[in-house]
Amino acid sequence: MIRTEELLLNVGPQHPSTHGVFRIIVKLDGEVITEAIPVMGYLHRGTEKLAEDLNFTQIIPYTDRMDYVSAMTNNYVLCHAVETMMGLEIPERAEFMRLIVMELQRVASHLVWWGTYLLDIGAMSPFLYAFRDREIIIDLFNELCGARLTYNYMRVGGVKWDAPEGWLDKVRDFIPYMEKKLDEYNNLVGGNEIFLARIKGIGKYDAQTAIDYGLSGANLRCTGVDWDLRKAEPYSLYNRFEFDVPLGKTGDCYDRYLIRLEELRQSLRILKQALEQMPSSGEVMGKVPRVIRPPAGEVYVRIESPRGEIGCHIVSKGKAEPYRLKFRRPSFVNLQILPKLLVGETMTNLITILGGIDIVVGEVDA
Amino acid sequence: MEFNLEKITPEERRELERNVFMGTLDELKAWARSNSLWPLTFGLACCAIEMMGTGASHYDLDRFGVIFRTSPRQSDVMIVAGTVTKKMGPLLRRLYDQMPEPKWVIAMGSCATAGGPYVKSYAVMKGVDQIVPVDVYIPGCPPNPAALIYGINKLQEKIRYEAKTGKRVTGR
Amino acid sequence: MSENEEQNKEQNTEQNTEQNTEQNTEQNTEQNTEQNKPASSAEQAEVSISAEPSIVAETTAAPAVDPEREAKLKAAAEAREARAAAKAKAESEAAPEEPKTPSPKQPLLDETVALIRSLVSEDAVEEAYINEMNAHMPVIVVKGDCWSEVAQLMKTHPTLDCDYLRNVTGVDYETHMEAVYHLVSLQSKQDYAMKVKTDRETPSIASATPIWATANWNEREIFDLLGIDFPGHPDMRRIMMPDDWVGHPLRKDYEPLDPEV
Repeated sequence: MIRTEELLLNVGPQHPSTHGVFRIIVKLDGEVITEAIPVMGYLHRGTEKLAEDLNFTQIIPYTDRMDYVSAMTNNYVLCHAVETMMGLEIPERAEFMRLIVMELQRVASHLVWWGTYLLDIGAMSPFLYAFRDREIIIDLFNELCGARLTYNYMRVGGVKWDAPEGWLDKVRDFIPYMEKKLDEYNNLVGGNEIFLARIKGIGKYDAQTAIDYGLSGANLRCTGVDWDLRKAEPYSLYNRFEFDVPLGKTGDCYDRYLIRLEELRQSLRILKQALEQMPSSGEVMGKVPRVIRPPAGEVYVRIESPRGEIGCHIVSKGKAEPYRLKFRRPSFVNLQILPKLLVGETMTNLITILGGIDIVVGEVDA
Repeated sequence: MEFNLEKITPEERRELERNVFMGTLDELKAWARSNSLWPLTFGLACCAIEMMGTGASHYDLDRFGVIFRTSPRQSDVMIVAGTVTKKMGPLLRRLYDQMPEPKWVIAMGSCATAGGPYVKSYAVMKGVDQIVPVDVYIPGCPPNPAALIYGINKLQEKIRYEAKTGKRVTGR
Repeated sequence: MSENEEQNKEQNTEQNTEQNTEQNTEQNTEQNTEQNKPASSAEQAEVSISAEPSIVAETTAAPAVDPEREAKLKAAAEAREARAAAKAKAESEAAPEEPKTPSPKQPLLDETVALIRSLVSEDAVEEAYINEMNAHMPVIVVKGDCWSEVAQLMKTHPTLDCDYLRNVTGVDYETHMEAVYHLVSLQSKQDYAMKVKTDRETPSIASATPIWATANWNEREIFDLLGIDFPGHPDMRRIMMPDDWVGHPLRKDYEPLDPEV
């Protein structure tokens, strides 16, 4: 008689495919997962506690390091929160710069996701292609604000530096280049049978589950729920541009894959329109008092980061430091559905599903 | 066998100089080890993305012989890239112990060096050298891929220097 | 009653509607005579109280418009103006009276509050105001005991329909602790903020996990970092800190055990 036992396996914090230090304890019955318990906190750095001693301009670099793959959106959510509290006016050119930078960041973030996801599934080359294109975007950012990854670019009231000479033309040239590359990537990967077999039908969930678990971003839209904060609760200048919000139907990993690639394309479309509508000169920093002291009260703002809805809840007592600063991190909330999705899957699909949710552990832990 | 080295013609001498290397066995081992450093993928936070960028196509690490291995049993060097929290500390030590000798540690980024911007946090270990002996520190937040490559080159030099002179390197 | 007036003069973003406790749909007639309907001239109307003892002060708007009530309103408004002019003359050193325009979301807030009061319990809502700084988000402070029922109501009621819990924040005020739940309804795009207060010694708030599954890890994080216990939560464990950590780091009085490491 063969007796089978349950195996407790640790997909440990040090793992090539867990996108950072994230641990999943899986109980296996053969190859099939019966229960999955995620353990996180290996990168908990205490940003929220540190923020209680710093004034808002000093917190901006910390926001970069939270979701380090899309740092500009994090910068923006903090600045937007403080500006909402204080009721500040942002000059138009600054707002356009912010939008251009955020959409470029969305392209870069989706490229990283695409490269690492396919690397997890087993394809080595897309990783190199993705990073090659990402280098172009990073070089643009490097020229703009001096840093490759943690930009610290936005300030309360605007942005820190204006675009240097010729920067906007470089962005303009990048867009058709990237569109051509996207077609190339679709040819490379999209029709590959192994890839499709690995991804289609995996990790399905329906719209009610998604809403219940508070998912956002592509994870919510893959079930067909039309909720994109750029359209539903417009912030910045998004209501001036035309773009589509891709929706999925079945709610599996393949839909999420297609949605994110389509979002990339739509970001390029927004960029094109933004570059046309941008005022050719203007201030990049609005009228901001020397010491940024928001009035007492609290505010919760949210924007659409590449991962979902990132929110910033500030409770202020009228001082230059926040009394309580909390970030609603999309990866943290999106990850809650993982234990539910993994029950009944095989071990090979664990990595596929985890990659499809698109987490960044710096954001899960904050 | 006896070589009579005084009776060599200049052409033979030039040939010899070109084709025969003299050295110790230690130097040979150091040359081999330094030119094929296999790091353990230990990307923790933002520096991991820069490390991935260094390994990718633009700043290639493969030309230095650096291939990222995922298992500690098969790697020589551990590049600690990112913030080490107190929860992660014991695991880092365990992974370091699992690596076979000879092994080195590169602390990449200011978080691994000394706590970085999170030095006042309650949950961050202020520098990875509190638990493992570090050979090369690379400052930066995050360090440029070129800086990482420079750091790896420095480690290679250190390996070769230590083998040649037998002296441990401190602050060189 | 005059202290309320001073508060309103301070341009607070909170509108104090503590006197709402007696608002029932039946008693609308008397209390609504001092209305600030957004339709009527907002310049003259003040969101403030009258000195008349019979009428309780509030800042609410009635949903229905009544011709005779409008006449009463006008009379009351004129009377109020006269009183205000007199008061302004009397308090000449005080800051100029700026009329507080009522928030456009105020009617919605009152409907919601009335609904909660009628369907859950009379004293379920401790306070309800509009957070004008935050794009006029209605904020409802709910009493701790009634929180589960109120949450259930917010999710299942067809007009409220708040099926998406966005965010749960725990805040440590030094005197008490609070959990703030941000809800939104995906259909009507209306967002709410619900606050539940609890004390500091044995903080405990009923868990919202059975209602919205998003609250699961959010509450674990609040438990880990602040120490608020959530009875009814399926899996109350530490999530960010190691399991054997002592203390709750995000509290204001937290002292780290080993600050040098």
